[in-house]
Amino acid sequence: MKRREGLAKLTGRERYVDDLRPSVDGRGRALWAATVRSSVARGRIRSVRFDPAIDWDAFVVVDHRDIPGRNVVKLIADDQPVLAADRVRHVHEPILLLAHPSRSALRRAVRAVTIDIEPESPIFDVCVPPTPEQVQHGTDHPHQEPGQENVFKRLAVDKGDVDAAFAAAAHIVDGTYATGSQEHVYLEPQGVIAHIEGEGDDDVVVVSGSMQCPFYVQGALMMALDREAERVRVVQTSTGGGFGGKEEFPSGLAIHAALLALKARRPVKLIYDRGEDLEASTKRHPSWVRHRTALDADGRLLAQDIDIVMDAGAYVTLSPVVLSRGVIHAAGPYRCANVRIRGRCVLSNRVPFGAFRGFGAPQTLFACERHMDRIAHQLGLDPVSLRRVNLLRDGDSTATSQTIRDGSDRSAVIDQALAMAGWYEKRAAHRAFNATEPWLRRGIGLAVFHHGAGFTGSGEVYLDSRVAVAGLPDGRVEVLTAATEMGQGTITVFTQLAADRLGLPPEDVLIAQPDTARVPDSGPTVASRTAMIVGRLVERACDDLRDRLGLGPEASSGDAVRRAIIAWHEDYARREQSSRDETRDGGVATSAPPLLGQARYQAPPGVLWDDERYRGDAYGAFAWATYVAEVEVDLRTYSARVIDFVAVQEIGKVLNEVLARGQIQGGVVQGIGWALSESFVWRDGAMANAQLTNYVIPTSDDVPSIRVAFQENPYPHGAQGAKGIGELPMDGPGPAIANAIAAALDVDPCEIPLTPETLMDLIDPIVDDASPLCDADPALNNRPSATEGAHGGLIGS
Amino acid sequence: MASSDLDARSTSTVARPTSPVATITGAPAGDDEMVCGEGSGEDGTDDCIDIEFSLNGESTSVLVNPADRLLDVLRDQLDLTGTKEGCGEGECGACTVILDHLPVNSCLVPAYQVRGRRVETVESLTDEDVAHLHASGATQCGACTPGVAMTARWIVDRPHLLSRHTLRALMAGNLCRCTGYDGIIEGIELDLTAREDAQRGSTG
Repeated sequence: MKRREGLAKLTGRERYVDDLRPSVDGRGRALWAATVRSSVARGRIRSVRFDPAIDWDAFVVVDHRDIPGRNVVKLIADDQPVLAADRVRHVHEPILLLAHPSRSALRRAVRAVTIDIEPESPIFDVCVPPTPEQVQHGTDHPHQEPGQENVFKRLAVDKGDVDAAFAAAAHIVDGTYATGSQEHVYLEPQGVIAHIEGEGDDDVVVVSGSMQCPFYVQGALMMALDREAERVRVVQTSTGGGFGGKEEFPSGLAIHAALLALKARRPVKLIYDRGEDLEASTKRHPSWVRHRTALDADGRLLAQDIDIVMDAGAYVTLSPVVLSRGVIHAAGPYRCANVRIRGRCVLSNRVPFGAFRGFGAPQTLFACERHMDRIAHQLGLDPVSLRRVNLLRDGDSTATSQTIRDGSDRSAVIDQALAMAGWYEKRAAHRAFNATEPWLRRGIGLAVFHHGAGFTGSGEVYLDSRVAVAGLPDGRVEVLTAATEMGQGTITVFTQLAADRLGLPPEDVLIAQPDTARVPDSGPTVASRTAMIVGRLVERACDDLRDRLGLGPEASSGDAVRRAIIAWHEDYARREQSSRDETRDGGVATSAPPLLGQARYQAPPGVLWDDERYRGDAYGAFAWATYVAEVEVDLRTYSARVIDFVAVQEIGKVLNEVLARGQIQGGVVQGIGWALSESFVWRDGAMANAQLTNYVIPTSDDVPSIRVAFQENPYPHGAQGAKGIGELPMDGPGPAIANAIAAALDVDPCEIPLTPETLMDLIDPIVDDASPLCDADPALNNRPSATEGAHGGLIGS
Repeated sequence: MASSDLDARSTSTVARPTSPVATITGAPAGDDEMVCGEGSGEDGTDDCIDIEFSLNGESTSVLVNPADRLLDVLRDQLDLTGTKEGCGEGECGACTVILDHLPVNSCLVPAYQVRGRRVETVESLTDEDVAHLHASGATQCGACTPGVAMTARWIVDRPHLLSRHTLRALMAGNLCRCTGYDGIIEGIELDLTAREDAQRGSTG
């Protein structure tokens, strides 16, 4: 089935939030909104001054005193203010909101507000321990220990006896790896429209906009506006990309627009332009990961000792769960009896980092897979053999002691990727090429990895997701979920699933616009969970609808389903009529209660997770993948270019070939950008290169065709056997490309992005240059033993 | 299922009757003070210029401010919201329209410059025009898509360009963050092949 809304998008008919015009239904003209932000990374607000040259009566002005409820954006820690009241923790922190009918007047007004902030000492490097005056979090902890300052979350995974295994090791290999931040660059910037319906105590705040999670936004509005759910309605509009950037961040915009709309009693439109979006929105967490690995003489893993530090930025946002996914994926898809992982995310005074496709796993898998190549190099082993010998087999357990028994042939994934890439032929060809070519160097590298789909641990149980499928009077059905379409194909896949389940043609399946007043909460559209988990609930709701119609599970055709739905409604109308005739009260004609099939999440049997000890079944299912990158480096320009890319994955079941392939190809290219070009210039903890001119994402001319293959091994608890794939392709490109560059240049890169500047340092190292990594910093090392044998950033080069 | 595509998102009220979503609509702005655009810069004058140009084949007349961008005039005054603003600085190509014979970033074109010229926007494309892009997976989130579709159309109308440039180089002015470009490239190739076949059929 082709993308259902595809023709509307290709001909410009699809309406996004900035294409909608707030109505002028007696409430006056719609207003545009703007945000006045901090220019200081950390400090105390002394005063806010309004330039008297501006007629401020023409503006709606909102500050923290206009917030009816709690001044926090509801999320994990409830620590981030909606609008800074007395202190700021990062540049671009919102302080004041303005609204006016004219956008140009608004731009002038933003510049006419002067916010005087007394600066305090900021932190821009989480690897340097904070001075006492820099401590901003954890200070109220009764047993404050050294090293706990500013730590938002700490996680530990322990399996076996790591120290004993190190004592018996034939080889010990160390390495520290760093990854940079990344901006989502969804092509549609953040935006919402807020308006008020009704009057007085019954009025309803309605926010429509570009978002992944309408119920997150509703919850945040309820807390900040001190309103019941019935008085806050959130509607997702067609969303031009998300990648995690519209998971938690739109909550803040929604509150801002709602505050202005409440004060103005008029519709308010808040749309960021690209510059503001790049500067102020969340990004991928920068990371530093240190591996210390014990191996036997044949290269079998004996113990993995892993330290992870993530820069969380100024507020907690989703950092603890990003860290969690990073920690759980850090040991890779390998068998190892003894594992110790320590992770922490730490406050800095940078613009807060947040959800981004992969959610911590790309960072730790970069370190893991780069480290596997380093191990192979140091032990003189073939990098493929090293991975094969340690690859998880059915019956083995992961770092969290989750026993893998899914029947997947993980080595077949490696086989197919190597065959498609021409791995061995190319390795030989590159040796010849590099020996004769004066300026160009070629190399090939791989990454073997996994990605867990759905919320971590007990997360799906807590979400308690619900889905409904309504039978409509005309015999069609409507799928009611909160799952948002942001390009990944939710509308099309849910249409397919419901149509297949009920035997109906696709055009007889409607997909409801996610609207908190109409759809049940099926959870957020994140964590590669939509097709696998919510899709499975759609199937079960279809089954429930059949049951309610008295139809058997399989026997009845689509025609029978349609007839039964129509008959149900006719029968219902008759009963309504006769009950009206009986009561004769000429009563209010109530709209028909819907004919609903319903489903609620049930954890697959036998899935156990211990959140205290971080042990057990972290995910219901993992997708397994091997990616191979071939690169060419130009020694004159120091630029690296991916010239071939192969992505092979076992994803349970392919629901839609074109959509699945598109997800993988798009994710790989986003990964190529992260690996090679998407570099940040930080100024006072904020993005200084906040323009697409100098924050460089790949164009069509920068990347090759991404060659994709799928293997199937149906997962019994996913829709039609599918496992989640949305985030998977973000994990592999970073390490595969770095490994290919290592092979091309005989260097040992430890960080991405590998921009020409970084490559120049690798190829022609300046001896006295400080390592860009922080493995020399005690902050990274939780235990004294871990500092022993620490290497510089460029071992082997 | 061409026509039902429009109805993929239902707005019928089934689960719980509430006021319809239609309080925000695609209707024109009704912005009573806005006789012409308000300009993208702060210091735009209030003087409006009356310009006439060909828009998707029809003669169109509109009052613009000297500081108005073509993008804003199309979107705000003519209600052609298919053309998107992705970056506002000519990098992303989401706002691509065809001006006379060239694809341009409409965020960088002062509106008054199109006086007497021909402008084609994504609204000029029919479902048939984009069928191959649809089949190949050229659109995901759709935000870059109108620009992609216009550049694609421009290339397909000028296949001789491919004797000197690669398709990937010709498309490099349109950033896409979803597809990884393969779906786009494949769709244009399908289109080029179909056109070639059609021409061969008509001449041979």
